[in-house]
Amino acid sequence: MSAVTTLSSCARILAVINSRIQIGLISGILIALGVGLTLYKAVSLNLPLLPGEYREVWTVESKTSFTPSNGPINVQLRLPASLAGWTILDEHFVSSGFGFSILQKPDTTSTARWTRQSLDRPTTLYYKMQIYRASLDRQLRPLEFEVPVKPLLEADQQAAMDRLVERIRQQSSDSESFTLLLLQELLRDSQDQDILFLLNSYDDNSLALILHSLASANISAHELRGIELEDGRRRQTLSSLIEVYSGERWIIANPKTASVGLPDNFFIWQRGNGAILNLSGGRNSSLEFALVSNSLPAKAVLGMEQRAEEFALLDFSIYTLPVEQQGIFKGLLLIPVAALVVVVMRLLVGVKTSGTFMPILIALAFIQTTLLLGLIIFLALIGSGLWIRSYLSRLNLLLVARVATVIIVVILLMAALAVTSYKLGLDQILTVTFFPTVIVAWTIERMSILWEEEGGHEVLIQGSGSLLVAVLAYLAMSNTLVEHLTFNFPELSLSLLGVILLLGKYTGYRLSELYRFRDLASKQ
Amino acid sequence: MSLLVSPLKLRELGILGMNNRNIGFIGRYNQRKNYGLADNKLKTKSAAIARGIPVPELIGTVDYQFQVRTISNLLQDRDAFVIKPSQGSGGKGILVIVGREGDKFIKSSGALIDDREVRRHSSNILAGLHSLGGRNDSAMIEALIDFDPILKDYSYEGVPDIRVIVFRGVPVMAMMRCATHVSDGKANLHQGAVGVGIDIATGQSICAVQHNRIVSQHPDTHINFDTLAIPHWQQLLELASGCAGMAGLDYLGVDIVLDRLRGPMLLELNARPGLAIQVANQAGLQHRLLLAAKIADDSTVADGSADAGQKIALARRYFSVQSAQAT
Repeated sequence: MSAVTTLSSCARILAVINSRIQIGLISGILIALGVGLTLYKAVSLNLPLLPGEYREVWTVESKTSFTPSNGPINVQLRLPASLAGWTILDEHFVSSGFGFSILQKPDTTSTARWTRQSLDRPTTLYYKMQIYRASLDRQLRPLEFEVPVKPLLEADQQAAMDRLVERIRQQSSDSESFTLLLLQELLRDSQDQDILFLLNSYDDNSLALILHSLASANISAHELRGIELEDGRRRQTLSSLIEVYSGERWIIANPKTASVGLPDNFFIWQRGNGAILNLSGGRNSSLEFALVSNSLPAKAVLGMEQRAEEFALLDFSIYTLPVEQQGIFKGLLLIPVAALVVVVMRLLVGVKTSGTFMPILIALAFIQTTLLLGLIIFLALIGSGLWIRSYLSRLNLLLVARVATVIIVVILLMAALAVTSYKLGLDQILTVTFFPTVIVAWTIERMSILWEEEGGHEVLIQGSGSLLVAVLAYLAMSNTLVEHLTFNFPELSLSLLGVILLLGKYTGYRLSELYRFRDLASKQ
Repeated sequence: MSLLVSPLKLRELGILGMNNRNIGFIGRYNQRKNYGLADNKLKTKSAAIARGIPVPELIGTVDYQFQVRTISNLLQDRDAFVIKPSQGSGGKGILVIVGREGDKFIKSSGALIDDREVRRHSSNILAGLHSLGGRNDSAMIEALIDFDPILKDYSYEGVPDIRVIVFRGVPVMAMMRCATHVSDGKANLHQGAVGVGIDIATGQSICAVQHNRIVSQHPDTHINFDTLAIPHWQQLLELASGCAGMAGLDYLGVDIVLDRLRGPMLLELNARPGLAIQVANQAGLQHRLLLAAKIADDSTVADGSADAGQKIALARRYFSVQSAQAT
């Protein structure tokens, strides 16, 4: 009789146990996998588990773009050599459909060559490398003295050049001071007639003018081309320094600042004159660089250098991705941590938030704005948004139109905030643009409805709950240890996934319930 | 008194927590495909009518935005009515009109609103403002319940309703929700309505709470809750128990109102009933749910159909507050 029901309740219990075992098994495997891979990398690759000494490793991606004309194509790109303390860790070429070879020259600079019989559309060729500063010694290999070759000039150019060289020579004592004076002269706002005329005749190419002026003054000099390293730049172009022979040694001068010495963030691509990019069978060629800097544990960098080949095989990290995606993943890998914070706060603590994962988006914005400023901006946006929204509710608009209106209002508020603060000299508030507009608008809409239906009290509870979770998520994501671990051991996300799956099966009490039901216990 | 209670103590009392409710009961016993009926008040109403379960009269529905303009035609000869979203959750979006004054409508709080306000409310409902997941919704207009005068003083500016938790057809716990001035005529506990725990055995009050704190009197009418006894109690339990089969949900909250003439009427069903009922009853749900499972098993007869009468009789015996105190 009751066998049927017993059986059915047994099946029910079994199903529940089954799903518990399944979840436990899956979570266990995921957690073990994440931790195991992490330990493996820590032991065999020497990646430190704790953030220690860091090296800044730059990923430089050069993009050679051109439009092909008829006939065979030959692209030659001069490659940089490790100079001035920089070391190249890893190189990578993308050459789809092209024949590719590296030409090794006796003078140690090599050239990459891409060739192809014909092509019918504009193409971009990539060359990616990872570099870091191995030693702080910035001394360049000494070069032989070169006898300066006087330029061939028109008569009027020659006369102006002679006057300029003579004037500066009288004010200077040696080649170094001559160079610096010349550079300062060119940087000055009010230039004299000779310089204006010369610049004009050089089509405003001040670098050529500088080199010619130095040659005219019988000073040996050449160009030094390279990249100014700036994190996150997508379309950096080559810039130039000048190397001048001054009494037994070469010095480097920066024409942009008229200062001596190699700037810290300058990566030398080529020393000396001559083209970096040679293209035949194409036109409109351009050479651009995308740059990303990663702080890597010093030990890991050493390991990479010693075993560049091996490392590539074992590399689970995101460094293998193209430069532009790396930056994105840097941020994405932090989101699982924030998700865990939300899960813990909602399931274990029982905090009410407006919108389940809205706090994560706010926390991501806080990372860009810094915490205090982010809170101020957020409260200002929500506050003024609610104020304007209270007027909209009197206009009797349809919901979708109303939310769309709030979105536009939020954008205008952001613009107003940015412009006013910029005028006042508070540049930091410009980061307001990092707040997700649509989310802010929906938050305002929800809060406003909540206000009308349940009163300001509930708005305060849910609002402060959301902010609390957002702040905690921000603190977790901006923690150095967390940043270090998620970035260097992305497989830890698997462990987080396992933990979240387990929490999804938690049937115990929430912290808030221990408060909510406190009177029940005291009565008994 | 300490600020927090130990989780061991809560477990001993059999208090059901939110996580356990979600995984252990709603997730385990309620099939998602059956949510539709409980979540949509229009579907609930037609299913109830088909089964002969009494419900408040439906005046009309507004399904499309263009119908909002002509809403006053629907309301022409009505003085008292309720406009609510058919898929609203947590009592959101319910507009109660108790009478008219000239062109204006009188809300249950006594405030006057005009035509425009009613239309705005209706179009908000259609746009899904109050509905689960923000889906487009339809507005339903019901006749205002003429509730039993015995209960009149227990509620202020609003209709009191009775929530019964039904597990596998067995009524497990009940509470009456009384509107107050603070709750703006709404029977929502977290807005400040008073929850009165009701003895399953007798329909008499056990305890009353407002804002999670025990109260003895209604804050506005000052009536003492001790004397409260719900009339038609057996009939009410039968109605609640009958809804379980109709909805196809094993863990269900049934909201019932008492009409002056027609007795208990089904107001709405709730597939995810809240936990505040435990505070109003000063008792935990967990032990009772286990017992209810046993009652349900015992009451099932050979052909698989259950004897509803026996379930209610056993529930009234087992969940009696007097007998619990005696043992």
